[in-house]
Amino acid sequence: MDWTFRADAPIYTQLYEQLTLSIVAGAYAPGERLPAVRELAVDAGVNPNTVQRALSELERDGLVFSQRTAGRFVTEDAGRIEQERREIARTRAGEFLAAMERLGYDREAALALLEEMKGEET
Amino acid sequence: MSTILECKALTKRYGAKEALGGIDLTLETGRIVGLLGPNGSGKTTLIKLACGLLTPTAGEIRIMGEKPSKTTNAAVSYLPERIALPLWMTAAQAMDFYGDFFADFRRDAAEDMLGKLNMERTQTIRTMSKGTREKLQLILTMSRAAELYLLDEPIGGVDPATRDYILKTILTNYSENSTVLISTHLIADVEQALDEVVFLREGAVMLHESVDAIREEKGKSVDELFREVFAC
Repeated sequence: MDWTFRADAPIYTQLYEQLTLSIVAGAYAPGERLPAVRELAVDAGVNPNTVQRALSELERDGLVFSQRTAGRFVTEDAGRIEQERREIARTRAGEFLAAMERLGYDREAALALLEEMKGEET
Repeated sequence: MSTILECKALTKRYGAKEALGGIDLTLETGRIVGLLGPNGSGKTTLIKLACGLLTPTAGEIRIMGEKPSKTTNAAVSYLPERIALPLWMTAAQAMDFYGDFFADFRRDAAEDMLGKLNMERTQTIRTMSKGTREKLQLILTMSRAAELYLLDEPIGGVDPATRDYILKTILTNYSENSTVLISTHLIADVEQALDEVVFLREGAVMLHESVDAIREEKGKSVDELFREVFAC
């Protein structure tokens, strides 16, 4: 995976966001075992304690669960993953609408533009 | 979690010049710590005090509760600022040398890293480029199963791709119970691998904080904070 980190936010929150995206996008399937902490740390070039912290957050959110000896797994609850996907999509859509508003496009105009672009490739 | 390194009012003077002015610092096990500061702020002095190459003028430094000695050094893996091996040695001989000196040297790990970095076992240090020498020294240092790694400017002379490899080498090889202290100017390159940072300024600790706490509170990276704090 390609990891990039911005300067203006904690690394563990960014790691958490990127892992969440991987899960909702299906890069890690429901029930799939996640790489070990050290493996993820080396892959992303970050501190293992930071990875630990991000994974704990994912666990608290119910997106990931851990089995004492076997490691960490993506939740098998497809509904929970779908709910998270929906939430992220809403946030992104909100950001898009806000950006359009700054350009002087109201909701109607923004939607009309989306409609117009329907057939186009992105 | 326990304390691996503790300084109390640690002072070092070279003649009239004060390199460290009574610092208090405690480092816990299991962390990767960045020792950051401009030139002449006391980074190398602190590291040399920790491995017993210098003795304090006043105050004290303790490694696992003891004064630096042969006993503590058996658990401390030190990477000096400049390569400290005889130039006639080949990479293989340097590994032999480390194997003879340090009971915790993992020869297989060293061989493995040497291979991954496409380094020649038969090349003498004399004929190695600056970057290759640094890589060899780092491989030797990280191949020890130490409690405390003291890395004085480990990535200064290598290209960015090798820098990434070296960071990954550090992340792969340190154990969860060991501690890594890295002094460097190249903050942006190491920042995301660090748990916490210590800022030194003119021989004093001006900041000791976790990287994510800095990013959370200040909304900027440690690199940006450093540039701001030490702006000339």
